[in-house]
Amino acid sequence: MTIPAAWYLILAALLFGVGAFGVVTRRSALIMFMCIELMLNAVNLTFVTFARTMSDIGGQTTVFFVMVVAAAEVTVGLGIVVAVFRRRASTSVDELSELQG
Amino acid sequence: MLALAYAIPDVLVFASAAILILVGAVGVIAMKNPVHSALCLIMCLLGVALAFLAQEADFLAAAEIIVYAGAIVVLFLFVIMFLGVDKSQHPHVEPLIGQRWLAGVGVLVTVAGLITLMASSHWVSGVLSASTNGTALATGSDNITQLGDSVFTTYLLAFEATAGLLIIAVVGAVLLARRERPIDSDDVVEVIDVDVSAWDDLEDVDDVEDVQS
Repeated sequence: MTIPAAWYLILAALLFGVGAFGVVTRRSALIMFMCIELMLNAVNLTFVTFARTMSDIGGQTTVFFVMVVAAAEVTVGLGIVVAVFRRRASTSVDELSELQG
Repeated sequence: MLALAYAIPDVLVFASAAILILVGAVGVIAMKNPVHSALCLIMCLLGVALAFLAQEADFLAAAEIIVYAGAIVVLFLFVIMFLGVDKSQHPHVEPLIGQRWLAGVGVLVTVAGLITLMASSHWVSGVLSASTNGTALATGSDNITQLGDSVFTTYLLAFEATAGLLIIAVVGAVLLARRERPIDSDDVVEVIDVDVSAWDDLEDVDDVEDVQS
């Protein structure tokens, strides 16, 4: 008998929680991006688990698209980090407070 | 007891994936050095790839390693090294008082809610995706064939849209990372924020080149 889907879903929930905690608490933009990747991977794991449970390839196709979007997001995001670092010499998001009211 | 209910190899694979994923994820947020965080991210992604393999998503497991652990983490490492490793931010210093506690409570509530939801729901009776009429997983053809069929028929429009998205991302990244060239000499002072610390490195490089020549 194969491993039940609930185990993988709980694992994905824990991974998502760790990623969310990191996004909220860490201040370095690079680490925050990595934590966003963790959260995306948690969702990917959920999709793959449901694809297996429901015998539906659509879940795996969605993961495929999530990967593409994640790659695009990291490309642009790291470009922004580099551009900000040129002006600020720091990757801390606390320094970027010019738009506050 | 668990080993009796399920096949031992399956349990071992799941345990390995879970340990890789959780230890890697905690390492990402706990490490001081961003390079170590990136390496922990690789470990976590390998665990996710293992979990994909265990659930018959062969192509996605390969793509996970090639795209995530290969391309994306290398991009992270490149940017970390390009900007210089920033150890000044100590992860044990709280910028806001009580932020960590609040974040911990919020995350705990969210995860506990998710798990409770999972425990009390009947997922198998849920709605299938747009490819409901498609073939079942891992019964007829192999995984890659099924995924390819799905991507190039049912989800063809989304696939073309991702092509456009990737082009936009590449153009945007080039635009963002490009060093600005001032056209007007009057604008130079306003536009360029001179980073004096970088001058020393440049001069060192020039010195080295002079010595070599």
